[in-house]
Amino acid sequence: MELTQALQYCVAGIRNGSVYAIVAIGFNIIYNTTGVINFAQGEFLIVGAMTAISLSHVMPLPVAIALAVVMTMLLGALVEFVFIRPVRHAPVLRLVVITIGISIVLREGMLHVWDEQVRALPYFTGTAVSTFPLFGARVSPQDLWVLGMCAVIVGGLTLFFRFTPTGRAMRACADDQMAAQLCGIKDSRMVTLSFMLSAAIGALAGCAISPVMQTQYDMGAPLAIKGFTVAILGGLGNSMAAVVAGLLLGLLEAFAVSQMPVAYKEAVALVVLLMVLIVRPSGLFAGREIVALRDH
Amino acid sequence: MRFGRFLPALVTILLVVLIQLGLSAAEKPFYMTQITMSAYYALVVIGLCLLMGYAGQASLGHAGFFAIGGYVSAVLTTCNLLAYQTHPLVRLCRWLGLTVEHRDLYGREMLSILPWPAFVAALLVTAVIALIIGMPVIRLKGHYLAMATLGFGLIVYRIVLGAEVFGQADGISNVPPFKLIGDALQVNGAPTFRVQNYYIAWLVVLAAMVLAINLVHSRIGRALRSIHQSEEAAHSLGIDTYRCKLYTFVLSALFAAAGGALLTHYNASIGPSEVSVMKSVRYVAIVAVGGMANLWGALVMGVVLNFLSLRGVFGTYDDAVFGVILIAMMIFAPEGLLKVPRWRVLSFLSTRRSHG
Repeated sequence: MELTQALQYCVAGIRNGSVYAIVAIGFNIIYNTTGVINFAQGEFLIVGAMTAISLSHVMPLPVAIALAVVMTMLLGALVEFVFIRPVRHAPVLRLVVITIGISIVLREGMLHVWDEQVRALPYFTGTAVSTFPLFGARVSPQDLWVLGMCAVIVGGLTLFFRFTPTGRAMRACADDQMAAQLCGIKDSRMVTLSFMLSAAIGALAGCAISPVMQTQYDMGAPLAIKGFTVAILGGLGNSMAAVVAGLLLGLLEAFAVSQMPVAYKEAVALVVLLMVLIVRPSGLFAGREIVALRDH
Repeated sequence: MRFGRFLPALVTILLVVLIQLGLSAAEKPFYMTQITMSAYYALVVIGLCLLMGYAGQASLGHAGFFAIGGYVSAVLTTCNLLAYQTHPLVRLCRWLGLTVEHRDLYGREMLSILPWPAFVAALLVTAVIALIIGMPVIRLKGHYLAMATLGFGLIVYRIVLGAEVFGQADGISNVPPFKLIGDALQVNGAPTFRVQNYYIAWLVVLAAMVLAINLVHSRIGRALRSIHQSEEAAHSLGIDTYRCKLYTFVLSALFAAAGGALLTHYNASIGPSEVSVMKSVRYVAIVAVGGMANLWGALVMGVVLNFLSLRGVFGTYDDAVFGVILIAMMIFAPEGLLKVPRWRVLSFLSTRRSHG
């Protein structure tokens, strides 16, 4: 493989990988406050992108995206309020199955609202063919938008969790729910907030990737699987590791496509997922003691 | 003593016969085709019920096993081995009388495997794959198990979509009928065989039910239920929890594969839609409605819901219906419809009303 070609694959891999990382961070935020994997995370991306596409016909693009993010955020709150809150303290598996049901209902709902057509947001700047050279490879401005947005999301979340009272309260809940409650933190509110936050960053990532990947009602599930693979690869609950793991999976996928039929592209993440689950379910970056604790 | 355990079986047989007589008398025999198909789907549900309800292990990949059974049968009975007829393996099969020479739709000479050996091969392949997948996966719990089985189902889906042997998006059609005993008894979707197949399917389902019920009331079944209650306690009593769960996993995969293989012969075709995640989720939803650890409930719901779905009652909301069922069951009646205490429903309604 030539160097420029390899570089080209790298660009695509990093772009997709950063989106996977955002999906994984969405998983982690909810996992940390509830201990539940929200299977509907992928649907948040598609709902966000679809809403933005519909809104972009009647208003400027930035406003449409901002509105779509807010609406998806409200949807996240609604989902938590209606489906999760009544059974908050049920066994984890029951909650997981509920989120699977939610993802199906959201997907079918989208099918009825936006039909089967493949849509896409317009490129944020430039067009589908505008590129600029980078060491011989061609980079689309949208790639930079995706990377930039992901960086902003990761940076913003880090600041939010570290410096704002609400973010700290959420971290306290994740650490020890009982202790947090005793400190006067309303944990049910934090759960709602975590769903809203996950939905919002999902919607933003969905909008950023829409011009490149296109958007269809049933694309949420594959994204969720990849996001979950990344979350597991980095260790559930560990958002910084998820970024590394996301880029890793993105690159792996990009180079796998160059070596084998495209039909099997989706299988790469699945094989990685099964391998990690079987060999090291606590993730690549977990210390030895955590491995021992979380083995089952 | 044992009579009571199988009383529902007698009721089922009676119902099955009555429905057949009723449909024949009303001259609406086409309903029987969908009931037959639902019965084969119910086979998957019975297996999954053993795994989920009794062993307490969720599987979101059972459509994968269904497809492995169906696809192996379909490939073996429609392949053309003439090009490889000098290969020792093919010659061995021929010598053993496992192959059949026939002509396909276009008059080409074909050499394929007979349905019986293909069926056995399908079960064997499924058992081996279930063992290989099950050995590491069954040690996982909660999310990890759900995701691993989901991943397995998706990989099967991708392979089926990508591999030319499996017909990619087209699937495999022209699968020959499964001649069970001579020409008289065969799994065949043609209208002349409708009544016969209705009974064949129910016979298979009842055999599976008897097998499952006996298993549940055996030493292994008791061990499984103790695992479900508390794995640590079961373990400390000397139960090999891992082996028990693994056996159940393989057995339930075999149920699914048998259903897949028989339905493929009945439909004369199989396609990738049988492997989609939605199918796996649908089976889980049906087990949940039937009441997790309730084999008869699973059977009834498996037949009824699949029948309604096949009749197109749910229209374009087909998948959404199963999603809603899943959510509703998990929120309001995780023990299944038959076990929901009436007062709880009422109290829920009344609290809602007082708030609103």
